[in-house]
Amino acid sequence: MSNNVTPEKRVKVASNQSAASNQSVSRWFKKNNHGNRLLTLVLFLPPALLLFTIFVILPIGEAGYYSLFRWNGYGEPTKWVEFGNYTRLFKHSAFDTAVWNTLKIILISIVIQLPLALIIALSIYKKSWTNSLFRLIFFLPYILAEVAAGLIWRFVFDGDYGVMSSFTEALNTDSWYILADNNWAFVAILVVLVWKYFGFHMMIYIAALQGVPKDLIEASKLDGASRFQAIWYVKIPLIISGITISIFFSILGALQTFDLIMPLTGGGPSNSTHTLVSYLYTFGITRMNVGFGSAVGVVLFICCVIFAFTYQSTMMKDKK
Amino acid sequence: MFAMRKIPWGKYIFLMLVAGFVLVPMFATVLGGFKSLGELRTNPFGLPEVWEFEYYAQVFADGSIWQLMKNSLIIAFFSVLLTLIIGTMTAFTFSHIKFAGYKYLYNYFLIGMMFPAAAAILPLFLKIRDLGLLDSLSGVVIPQVAFGLGFSILLFRTFFEQLPSELFDAARVDGCSYIKFYWHVILPLSTPILATVGVFVLVASWNNYLLPLLVLNTEQQYPWTLGIMQYRGEYGIEWNRILAYVTVTITPAIVFFLFAQKYIVEGLTGGAVKG
Repeated sequence: MSNNVTPEKRVKVASNQSAASNQSVSRWFKKNNHGNRLLTLVLFLPPALLLFTIFVILPIGEAGYYSLFRWNGYGEPTKWVEFGNYTRLFKHSAFDTAVWNTLKIILISIVIQLPLALIIALSIYKKSWTNSLFRLIFFLPYILAEVAAGLIWRFVFDGDYGVMSSFTEALNTDSWYILADNNWAFVAILVVLVWKYFGFHMMIYIAALQGVPKDLIEASKLDGASRFQAIWYVKIPLIISGITISIFFSILGALQTFDLIMPLTGGGPSNSTHTLVSYLYTFGITRMNVGFGSAVGVVLFICCVIFAFTYQSTMMKDKK
Repeated sequence: MFAMRKIPWGKYIFLMLVAGFVLVPMFATVLGGFKSLGELRTNPFGLPEVWEFEYYAQVFADGSIWQLMKNSLIIAFFSVLLTLIIGTMTAFTFSHIKFAGYKYLYNYFLIGMMFPAAAAILPLFLKIRDLGLLDSLSGVVIPQVAFGLGFSILLFRTFFEQLPSELFDAARVDGCSYIKFYWHVILPLSTPILATVGVFVLVASWNNYLLPLLVLNTEQQYPWTLGIMQYRGEYGIEWNRILAYVTVTITPAIVFFLFAQKYIVEGLTGGAVKG
């Protein structure tokens, strides 16, 4: 039977079929394109998708690929070194220091910066003009650019001009250049970090505290709770989501500290104050070691991913 | 009746101490620009005995500072504009045009928020170079926009979804198209969130250092963050000049902060509290 079908007929059937599919496509289109819905989608989605994919997602994948080569960024990467970059990285003592320094930042954030921010937030979260003024002052360092803040503190720590010179003069000892001191330079940087960022965490806590219903605190007072008990058993449990968020930000921020390091020490003296990113900058970017730098980036990336996932599955479990 | 509430002195002393810790370096910076080097050495934190104006005058004199500010402003302006346009467009498709797999796509943007921009900075640099954007302001603007998208889409979408759905139904019954609805209803109602995200992007862009450092080579293109580091490199330990320079360059940010406090605090912490 089918052998009898003439070519014309075949064409006809085919065109019928395609007409039918055309029809169904156009019907589907009409059904879904009410109010130009599909058109809007086609117009609105691609810009973000393209930008995001090209500049955020693709480079991450490429970093993983390039990290297996020794490459200066010109031509094609051809010199395959397998995990050579990684072994070189883990053997480098400056990288060790950078990792430790990053951990120190996290530690100081959690042990000093966040409690300080919380204590201050608890004492000034109520609305009054003095409290607003204090809030304004404490938040001020956060809006300064890191490079400007770094230069300001470089002056403060200058052994000839700054606060250090006043100290050493008062004690009648030699000038102390703390930022050039292997053992103390990073401590100085930690001071600047607390100075710069505690106001940000304070603001998160204040916003959370202002959302705590007043009658709960009143009720706890009527039940005879002391001020400390009211804070510990009522206020803090109620702002716990603010606290988890601020811990999240401080750790993510610690992993990316860079801008402050450059004006203060630039990673020196003898590579004792590098963080992961300043290490990446010094040993990867300025020397155009694309492979090696990418390996550092991959390590940084993996740290962030591991942190983000463990954080989400532990700290934020009950907050769905 | 309670007696007059007693003033918690301990609290105020503590707050004053912290305020001193915050403010003393800033005042020292502003005043340092008015001191001669000799005086700066003996009196780093007090008021100047002799007020010298030449250092501030010199900062303005060579005019490069205006060029730096202008570049920073151009970069910030286009970063904010593009982030707001592209971010709202994308967030709108997520909030009002539900399509197959939109949740996956939305999460795709959200994971970008967790990536540290620095991790892939070398491939990003090569990408910018290969696209011919090196040493141009757009080479700073475009990646900045890309990195701000995750955060802004999250905030925009949350806001758009909280708008009353009756608005949308009514508009659709009246035959209003999606694009018109976006333009005439969504955007005008979203000024608070536009301001919040705009301020966040503005401050981040104004303070950005790593990306311009990577992308820009000619001084003509430098934003102020690069300019300030270069100035410091030129004048070494002439701290009075450097402090004057720092003061001048941070003033716009502080003035802006005092005027737009509410939005700045919301922009910088808002994502945390709402997210």
